[in-house]
Amino acid sequence: MRFLKQAAPALAVFIALIAIWWATVVITESAIFPTPLQVVTGAWELVQDGTLFEHIGASLMRVGVGFGLAVVIALPLGLWMGWVRGAYLTLNPLFQMLRPISPIAWIPIAILWFGVGDLSPIFLIFLSSVFPMIVQTVVGVHTIERRYLWAAANFGVSRTTLFRRVVIPAVLPQVIVGMRIGLGVAWLVVVAAEMIALRSGLGYLIMDSRNAGNRYDLVVAAMIIIGIIGLMLDGLMRLLEQLKSVRWRYVR
Amino acid sequence: MSDKKIAVEVLSKSFVRNRTSMPVVDNVSFSVASGEFVAIVGPSGCGKSTLMNIIAGFERPDAGRVLIDGTPQTGPSKNGIVISQYGSVFPWLTVRENLMFGLEDENRGQTPKNKTGGSPQDRADHYAAMVGLKGFEKSYPHELSGGMLKRVELARALVVKPEILYMDEPFSALDALMNLRMRNELLRILAEERHTVLLITHDVEEAVHMANRIMVLGPRPTSIQATFEVPFAHPRKLSDPAVQALREEILGELGVET
Repeated sequence: MRFLKQAAPALAVFIALIAIWWATVVITESAIFPTPLQVVTGAWELVQDGTLFEHIGASLMRVGVGFGLAVVIALPLGLWMGWVRGAYLTLNPLFQMLRPISPIAWIPIAILWFGVGDLSPIFLIFLSSVFPMIVQTVVGVHTIERRYLWAAANFGVSRTTLFRRVVIPAVLPQVIVGMRIGLGVAWLVVVAAEMIALRSGLGYLIMDSRNAGNRYDLVVAAMIIIGIIGLMLDGLMRLLEQLKSVRWRYVR
Repeated sequence: MSDKKIAVEVLSKSFVRNRTSMPVVDNVSFSVASGEFVAIVGPSGCGKSTLMNIIAGFERPDAGRVLIDGTPQTGPSKNGIVISQYGSVFPWLTVRENLMFGLEDENRGQTPKNKTGGSPQDRADHYAAMVGLKGFEKSYPHELSGGMLKRVELARALVVKPEILYMDEPFSALDALMNLRMRNELLRILAEERHTVLLITHDVEEAVHMANRIMVLGPRPTSIQATFEVPFAHPRKLSDPAVQALREEILGELGVET
């Protein structure tokens, strides 16, 4: 009951938006822009012939591989750069310069290097998510409070224990923030990358629907699905914030 | 071997700010005997924390030296654990994991039982019980009150059996009631464990309550202005006129009229 009360305003906005959309299409007698009902029936078609899940699966697979690679590279690199000043001074300027280049700008080079298969979008997703995660991890190491490092020094623990028990857990909340940002960008980029030259994925679905007979009902359906999956991916990352060992950062 | 646990010899330290050198600690010398409880009181910002950091091995002096058991102090070690105002209990570890932190490297590759008395977990739980944290071993620090956090920090220090406890305003972040309670706890534990304690505080009553000897520091650059013996046996009654007279004498030395 309380949930319903909280969700009511947001729900009202959705309903109002759909109503305005529907009314506008009917009043303007648009021949090409679909009504909400047409979007639903269009999406149902794709569900029934199974292609929708193929596209979703293809997009998720590319994000999974690209983002996974970025995590595997970014976390150790970020820890190293955060801990060793020389590494930070050497690599940080390069990464700070590469970071603002939109992954979309890399598309021609990606196609040149990796062709038009799965590898190009995976490369682009990797590029888009690796930098924010490196930066957040470095920030995490740099903001470890001195009193914790002094305590570790006081107890004279080994380097392994220092990293396992102090540095890594202290950085973990920042790493999770980095992963949320990284996965968010990765999902943005996969759709854009798939629009260029592929035969599967939600981005491809959008471009193909438009090119193959102006199926704008499918274009809108794909957009909505992209939004819902993006929301779910972020929710998945937020679950990590519930881990007992990182809760200290979010309480108080 | 001398009976001097800590010997501080003509210690001086300056900080450089805006290209000018500011002396913070000036020619401080004193010694602490094994098992003695020495308090250093001084006004806020007089450089007492800097002095403590040098003695505990976290900072280097510009001149002079610190001897621990007759050997020069070269850096922080398990032999002397610091307990400070802000605390350093790791918020990402449970109470038990915090207590076991200093034991992590000891039992690697050994059988869980060793001759220093039980497994690391048994030792951690023993000290948790000693400071009144029984039943909270699996709690995270953010689930505990300020007073309980202090107990965790104290227990974590005791587990590694340090010979010296360096306490830098340990209870000043606590409310008056909890402060008093923690002093009594500490005295009870010290009666059992016999550590050498160096306490830094601005609270004269706290010093009079616990220490065997009190040194008064002057303002920056700090040096020892006066030393008072505290001849009263434990448990001390703070309302005792003799205790009150000593407290007022020390406050007078600090320039506070009572």
